[in-house]
Amino acid sequence: MHEDNANKITVPGDRRLEDLKVSGSRSWFSTLPVIRDLRIAVGWQKGMLVTGLAITIAAVLVAIAAPFLAPYGFAQTKDAQGHDFPVQSAPGAGHVWGTTVGGFDVFSRVIWGTRTAIIAIVIAVVLSIFSGVLLGLVSGYFGGWFDKCCVMIADAIYSFPSLLLAILMAIVISGGQSSLWGGILASGISITVVYIPQYFRTIRAEVIRIKGSAYVESAKVVGASTWRIMTRHLLKNATRTLPVILTLNSSEAILTLAGLGFLGFGIEPTAAAEWGYDLNRSVADVTAGMWWTAVFPGLAIVLIVLGITLVGESLNDLADPRLRARKSAGEVIGSIEDTSVDPQERPGAANEVMAQIEASGTVASGSTVVSSGMAETDDTTVSGGASAPIPDAQAGPIGDDGDTPRTTEADHE
Amino acid sequence: MSQSTTSSVVTDASTAKGGGPHVTARHNRLSGGFFRFLVARFLLIIPTVFILVTIVFFVMRATGDPISAALGGRLSPEELHRRIHAAGYDRPLIVQYFEYLAGLLRGDLGTTLTDNQKVSDILLRYGAATLELSLLALIIALVVGIGFGRLAARHRDRTADAGIRVFAILCYATPVFFLGLVLKLVFSVWLAVLPASGRSSLESEMQFGRLVSPTGLYIVDSLQLGDFSVLVDVLKHAILPSLALGLLTAGVFIRLVRTNVISTYTSGYVEAARSRGVSERRLLSKHAWRPALIPIVTVMGMQIAMMLAGAVLTETTFEWKGLGFILADYLKKRDFVAVQGIVILIAIIVSVVNFVVDVVSALLDPRVRY
Amino acid sequence: MSETQQGGVTLTTPHGNLADIEHLSVSFMTDAGSIKAIDDISFTIPRRTVVGVVGESGSGKSVTARSIIKLLPETATTSGAVYLSVRNDEHRLDMLSLSGEQLRQARGSEAAMVFQEPNAVLNPVYTIGWQIEEGLRAHGMHDKRQLRAKAIDILEKVGIPEARTRVDYYPHQFSGGQKQRIVIAMALVLNPGLILADEPTTALDVTVQAEILDLLRLARDEFGASVLIITHNMGVIADIADQVVVMYRGHVVEQGDVDQIFYRPQHPYTKSLLAAVPRIGQRLVVHDASGAVVERKDDWHTQPVVVEAKGLSITYPGRLMQPDFMAVDGVDFTIRRSEVLGLVGESGSGKSTTGRAIAGLQKVSSGSLSVLGVEMNGVRERVFAPKRADIGFVFQDPGSSFNPLMTIAQNVAEPLIVHHAYSSVADAADYVGDLLEMVQLPRAYMNRFPHELSGGQRQRASLARALALKPSLLIADEPTSALDVSVQAKVLELFKTLQAEIGFACLFITHDLAVVDMLADRIMVMHQGRIVEHGDADDIMQHPGDTYTKRLLASLPVPDPREQREHRARLLALS
Repeated sequence: MHEDNANKITVPGDRRLEDLKVSGSRSWFSTLPVIRDLRIAVGWQKGMLVTGLAITIAAVLVAIAAPFLAPYGFAQTKDAQGHDFPVQSAPGAGHVWGTTVGGFDVFSRVIWGTRTAIIAIVIAVVLSIFSGVLLGLVSGYFGGWFDKCCVMIADAIYSFPSLLLAILMAIVISGGQSSLWGGILASGISITVVYIPQYFRTIRAEVIRIKGSAYVESAKVVGASTWRIMTRHLLKNATRTLPVILTLNSSEAILTLAGLGFLGFGIEPTAAAEWGYDLNRSVADVTAGMWWTAVFPGLAIVLIVLGITLVGESLNDLADPRLRARKSAGEVIGSIEDTSVDPQERPGAANEVMAQIEASGTVASGSTVVSSGMAETDDTTVSGGASAPIPDAQAGPIGDDGDTPRTTEADHE
Repeated sequence: MSQSTTSSVVTDASTAKGGGPHVTARHNRLSGGFFRFLVARFLLIIPTVFILVTIVFFVMRATGDPISAALGGRLSPEELHRRIHAAGYDRPLIVQYFEYLAGLLRGDLGTTLTDNQKVSDILLRYGAATLELSLLALIIALVVGIGFGRLAARHRDRTADAGIRVFAILCYATPVFFLGLVLKLVFSVWLAVLPASGRSSLESEMQFGRLVSPTGLYIVDSLQLGDFSVLVDVLKHAILPSLALGLLTAGVFIRLVRTNVISTYTSGYVEAARSRGVSERRLLSKHAWRPALIPIVTVMGMQIAMMLAGAVLTETTFEWKGLGFILADYLKKRDFVAVQGIVILIAIIVSVVNFVVDVVSALLDPRVRY
Repeated sequence: MSETQQGGVTLTTPHGNLADIEHLSVSFMTDAGSIKAIDDISFTIPRRTVVGVVGESGSGKSVTARSIIKLLPETATTSGAVYLSVRNDEHRLDMLSLSGEQLRQARGSEAAMVFQEPNAVLNPVYTIGWQIEEGLRAHGMHDKRQLRAKAIDILEKVGIPEARTRVDYYPHQFSGGQKQRIVIAMALVLNPGLILADEPTTALDVTVQAEILDLLRLARDEFGASVLIITHNMGVIADIADQVVVMYRGHVVEQGDVDQIFYRPQHPYTKSLLAAVPRIGQRLVVHDASGAVVERKDDWHTQPVVVEAKGLSITYPGRLMQPDFMAVDGVDFTIRRSEVLGLVGESGSGKSTTGRAIAGLQKVSSGSLSVLGVEMNGVRERVFAPKRADIGFVFQDPGSSFNPLMTIAQNVAEPLIVHHAYSSVADAADYVGDLLEMVQLPRAYMNRFPHELSGGQRQRASLARALALKPSLLIADEPTSALDVSVQAKVLELFKTLQAEIGFACLFITHDLAVVDMLADRIMVMHQGRIVEHGDADDIMQHPGDTYTKRLLASLPVPDPREQREHRARLLALS
């Protein structure tokens, strides 16, 4: 217990908190998103996270070291002596994973393809995060017409199949195929446009949630400027869920890139190696029984998407107290301290009436957006708490039974 | 909600006949709030479609006129210019835009450049194939997704759950065209038990030609014919494509069902029902399932839209002659009028599907219904 | 039904206690090791008795109740034994050893639970009738007509009007109090020997609370059940309990009948708990270090007016095609410097909205509101901004009143930096340390993050932030309602001391009449957006004029069993 004023009366054998190993000082390193989650994870949840991280890191390493790992260039069809590579040769000594119709070395193209994929993801993610976060922040904080328009446009785009949108963007940006950087940029930007609405929606939802929280209101009462509130309070707190969306989106980005390539909107084979394009070429091969031109690039996609998705899913689980297997010690201590919080006051805390109005009749998508679980329920028991996927019509008017509650909710009789 | 106060609706008589009163009660009070919701939601389709049409139109035109894109290298500059002028593509973009909107209102999606067909005719010719594929895939996705998702939620954090989750991630991580290729390789090439591509064999195709009113849904058509061998042939062709597309969607569904069921399964009302002695099986199948269904249906609706994108890739892989296949074909030919028309068509389909799904999920939620 | 037991003839009641809890311990696994929620507790629940378990957060009282029906998460391990007698029978079940089908059978039929938050325990997508019937189905009743008849019958018993019709309604169509009645109906319909009520009234307004407690008495008197009621509220205990178990940090420190606990408490914790409970008519008197009574320097009556509202109205725009909602409806009041004005009301009364309007967090719709000389109706932020330095605000929820990513020092220094009193947090460190000491927190807490403080500590820090610029107006919105009584008492003392020292004007918003009576000079009672009563604190408490105020006062249970019996009679007379 803290050296608080609280009652100094002791009970024999009260050692409940002393047994807990609460880590004292923590380095900034261990507060980084993924690292922090690694510490929390237990059991096979940890297994998933570690596997995912391993695959992802391996992919990045392969991308960096592609020139050293790949025996040949991605567009190379002749060996050093100027002899043409055999065409459509099965995996064997000279070409471990065989060659394609065009005489490319499959192994080398898969390795080089990693690089293309990673670069495209980085471009897509960086661009869409910046624009999405900025838009979400501004739109969510100020509300009004700008917000309404943004939401409508974002929802329209969001509901639209992302691959089709990416195709349109690819047509605009590159008119089809192009050089290495041109092609990658085109794919990256196409994917960006598709994913901006996702970041926008998430950040906006978080901003709106945080906007109503006591600490932002407190800053307003104090008289902090809008700029200060946005940068000091909203930005950092609203972007805490980003790692999750970021990972899940980058795996989608790879799939979209591959889809673009498969439909012929990727990058010319002479400009760079791209798995989707290679798979497109291999459709005919498969019918002829040539499995190696399809299987290896395909497996590469599966593996990298698998790795990133595993990381994203584990982060999601760990961030959502409802999905996490165990509670962390911090939460338990918070809930066991002799001065804990009444969990029931949540929605009404800042603004009881608005909470009622909000609660009456809104349909929510209820998808699994991460909630940063702060306050926990009374005692240590409750498994999960009272959070339904639907916004609980909570904070209802707890009015007198006889009188009709003065609210928009349920008046009966 | 305040309108739900229609005076004492359910009378004593209704209590007598078991399930009956529920129905009456619902019918009579389904008014006001829900009707408002229905209208508001329906009106939302218009701006959604409008936004998408606008985006698609200007994005497509940002690169220039469609005639140069399609026939650029093949015609002489003079001929090109003449045709651009004839088609009106040299007028201000904004004029063309309003003209296009006006055409849309009349149901005119434009005419393809490369083979001079009405885009609306393309829909009629190829729409059924895509519908058939999507429905089959949806059935697979629903069966696999709901079954496994609930199983995983039930055995949360145990081996079964871990296995199902990895399976779901694999489904999701495998590009649909790669899965298609692998399925083809295994079942058509190596085992040679299923056809590699197309919707039916040539003989069946000829049989369909005899039909007076073909629906375009081959399964229905073969039932119309009453020829069992044709049905088998059609089904054999459909297995692999619908499996590929279905599993892709199933991966998403499993995750969706699992997460939502877990969160309702750990909710206060399930805990309360458990405290009254309700069995775990029933907690899962009733108490946790119904409330979880609302967000599940909403997100599933969005996934149906995403399936259309999956259909483009699947149809290309299996040469399944549907909208997606033809879209990819026009893309290759750079016929952007056709592409624009088909994409806008998909936008409309998506908006309508989303509307229907929102209504369904609202119907599941008594808080919106009343 | 158990009508056989009415009229005092309890022939069937067997001997022995209904439940014996013997050496029960429960621990939970966390990632930092195992933690004991309750540690070797023993107590008994006699038949047809209301046993109150009282304790503060973290005392393990909820876990105790849940252990009785083994409703614990998988990470829990138990030892000891819980023996529960089957109703009307000498046969005893060893609950902790049951599992699977046997446990399922026992849950509900032998002991049923009533939870704290009715919104969370009613399934939103099923009718309440279906949910009531579901418990019966689980215990082997399948005839549709019979099920329905039972559901309607029990709804009538718990006082739901038009039960026949409303059995087909969904939970959201009921008010909070009615929902809790329905939750109790779900427990009662199974006719269990024991009802476990876990803070059944905490989420409800005080007027509704009285009705729910009546219902639990009904469970004992008419249904012949025992009730284990868990609460942190001594008033509730005094009102309903026959026997009391006092828990503290996972231990039972005392068990006895209600009179013994209230009038002859044995354990020092029980004594301190009773001492901390706020009571009506008991002004808070604080002594300083030398033992002198802390008093204000000036008489507030002669001080200038700081806030003045005339016909103040605040409306929230209605949603699509729905009428606007008038949260505050033409209120007039003034607050003078160094005065404490208590604003009392139940949820939805508009009291918080009023406070927010004064702080400039809520737009004024019509009427006039003058704060520190600035007219708030149609005010521009640029005009009001300089005045903000002179206003402090303490929020209700200590959980969210600090930015979780900033240290306490950074949070507390926020007003200092915004108003350019200091240029940086480092610069202000000394002063922030002083502020923390002023609110009796160690200086070292400056570098902690908010989640590393307990609720009471956070509320102190919140007070430090609000007072950082020595404002002349402080708005405190339910500053202690999330705290346990012993902590609440300390925070109120601190508050009183600081108010006397600094002499700020204060609007103290609360739902708790006893708390407001301790502090306020004048009291306003708000109901449905209007001020129904307004006057000197003592006047209102002793001679309430308005019927609503009377009912509010009469509903507030007095933490004294004998007095509460008379008090309850008075409430009955009112209604």
